[in-house]
Amino acid sequence: MDQFLKKCEDSVLAGDADTAFALASEAIGGEIDILQVIESGFVSGIREVGRLWEEGEYFLPELVMGAEAVKKALSVLEPALAGQELSREVRGVGVIGTVQGDIHDIGKTLVGTMLSASGFEVYDLGTDVSPARFISEAEAREADFIGASALLTTTMPGQRALIEMLAQKGCREDFLVVVGGAPCSEDWAESIGAAGYATDAVAAVELIGRLLDGKGGRTP
Amino acid sequence: MGQRPLIKWFEKRQRVAIVEEAIGILEKTGVLIESRQALEMLADRGVRTEKRRAYFSSGQVEEALAAAPDRVTLYGRDGRGEVEIGKENLHFNPGSSAIRILDLEMGESRVPVSGDLVEFAILSDFLSGYSMQSTALVPGDVPENVADSYRLYLALIFSRKPVVTGTFTEEGLTRMLRMLEIAAGGGKQLRDRPMAIFDTCPTAPLTWSALTVNTLLECAGNGLPVQIVPMPLAGATSPATLYGTVVQHCAENLSGIVIYQMAAPGSPVVYGGSPAYFDMRKGTTPVGAVEATIINSAGAEIAAELGIPSHAYMALSDSKSLDYQGGLETAMGAAVAALSGVNNVSGPGMHNFQTVQSMEKLILDNEVCLMAERIRRGIRVDSSEVVADVINEGVTGGSFLTLSHTLKKFREEALFPGTVIDREAGDKRSAPGGEEILKRAGERKREILKAGAPNILTGPRREALKEVVTESAWRAGLKKMPEIEGLEE
Repeated sequence: MDQFLKKCEDSVLAGDADTAFALASEAIGGEIDILQVIESGFVSGIREVGRLWEEGEYFLPELVMGAEAVKKALSVLEPALAGQELSREVRGVGVIGTVQGDIHDIGKTLVGTMLSASGFEVYDLGTDVSPARFISEAEAREADFIGASALLTTTMPGQRALIEMLAQKGCREDFLVVVGGAPCSEDWAESIGAAGYATDAVAAVELIGRLLDGKGGRTP
Repeated sequence: MGQRPLIKWFEKRQRVAIVEEAIGILEKTGVLIESRQALEMLADRGVRTEKRRAYFSSGQVEEALAAAPDRVTLYGRDGRGEVEIGKENLHFNPGSSAIRILDLEMGESRVPVSGDLVEFAILSDFLSGYSMQSTALVPGDVPENVADSYRLYLALIFSRKPVVTGTFTEEGLTRMLRMLEIAAGGGKQLRDRPMAIFDTCPTAPLTWSALTVNTLLECAGNGLPVQIVPMPLAGATSPATLYGTVVQHCAENLSGIVIYQMAAPGSPVVYGGSPAYFDMRKGTTPVGAVEATIINSAGAEIAAELGIPSHAYMALSDSKSLDYQGGLETAMGAAVAALSGVNNVSGPGMHNFQTVQSMEKLILDNEVCLMAERIRRGIRVDSSEVVADVINEGVTGGSFLTLSHTLKKFREEALFPGTVIDREAGDKRSAPGGEEILKRAGERKREILKAGAPNILTGPRREALKEVVTESAWRAGLKKMPEIEGLEE
């Protein structure tokens, strides 16, 4: 078992999604504790990747590929868990996207990948997302948070428009809104009434974790 | 005249191969265009379009390249400052659209306001290292959806230099065109003597948003020159190799050139760029990175091969303050730009990943640009008899300082830096502002601004411009315009 878990962990460290997928498939076919495979195998792997990244050993491609490997494994393991009427703890549910008029997605996608790999359930709405769509998707997914990204100075107001629409619809308190993107800042987040701002994907995971803990995140 | 120095990264056959590879990408992968209007125009001109992608054939690219002129000429207000971008010319202009300004008195950056735009325009007008001004700051004291035209308004009033600009909204563009017509004295005058060039930035990889492509078409329709400014991030939105990014950067430029030429054949367009090498550690987009400098330099080489004027975002830094990093990245970029034959260099004044402008840096960068221009001028080769005679005369006479040859030549050979550059002997610092270079820059800024706005626009054109911005600001919800010294009745 230990050896199997080590292989799972190594597949994440190597950023090898195909192997992670194969190992996950093997796990659901056998008599193995799936929750243990997730926690002590794949999630343990992504924690180690995060540590190596923070130490400067790993770079972003390794970080993202590690997270992709975990996602691929979870795509097999989570349905199997559901089949056993088990679930792993979800740290929070969120919808993320790039605001209306903006088609940049690299930073936003990084954040989504890191959140998914870190135990959040994330729905990535893509780019050019209108405030109305952010809100309707967040409502449909019963989200805890909305992450709105903007890369351009010209599209940043889209983040404010989202918060204003939430207020207009009377559901401002239902979701934590976090913002990010190159032109954003702590000041900007505060000035538009966002719950927080993070400079990068790892910081975003930390921020959302902290905000939801403060609010007592939910477990489905 | 000696040879002007010029960096080359490729042999001729490699340049040709890069262009061929780029055209191959436009044929096979195509570009994503998020505007129905643009796709319809292209389809009408025989371009293969499928869903939202357009695929250009090598024949279409070649036709566009043949139609595009080898230079763009811009004109300043009131006959001032004719600027030819192309050939062997080198021009610098301040980096555009910063969302913050460094306030040295506060010790940090803040949101710019109208007064900053005015001062910035006056400085750009004054500093001789810049042949053009730019709409450098996004003001925070007017509504965002009128900010693009409002900054142009102040630029046109407070400086006579041609403007490098861009737009945030399609309505903003219409307003900006109207304002340029007013400043030029009419639509025909603006067509004949364009006062502005618009930056249009495709999104890497190979994507044109509705706003940018429609700006391209609108400028084509109004005879206004454009600069294609692709911003590939090597390793994230373009290949991790410099070569691969040069190819993609070329394809993105070519796509813009074809769209623009199809809309208005023969219109002037610049092959530009603002690439970065994606920082694999921080996820940031360093435009001052040495790799970005190389990609820009190679881009200018490709543009020259195609016979199209070139532009690059160089001479700027990613540093957060005006420190050693700020100076070294800016100077390295400017020097390489000058040595690469880039015709139009944007960036001075800017730092912190193109988000912050600084007037003190603008003043210091002015020195950098003048030095880079001096490098570009190269070494003039004297005739060997003259040199032998002068050396003989200097040696036998005991000094070169007093030769008539010296008196005749030193002014054209040497660059005399401004007071911010310290060349005092020993430890003495006599320049105004004292020993700190930033203090000297601050002192210089106050000195220039004290003279007021010598080139301020007055009379009916100013009134007409004011009417356009006041009306649009009113509609955007701003009932009272920011007060501006010098513009009050």
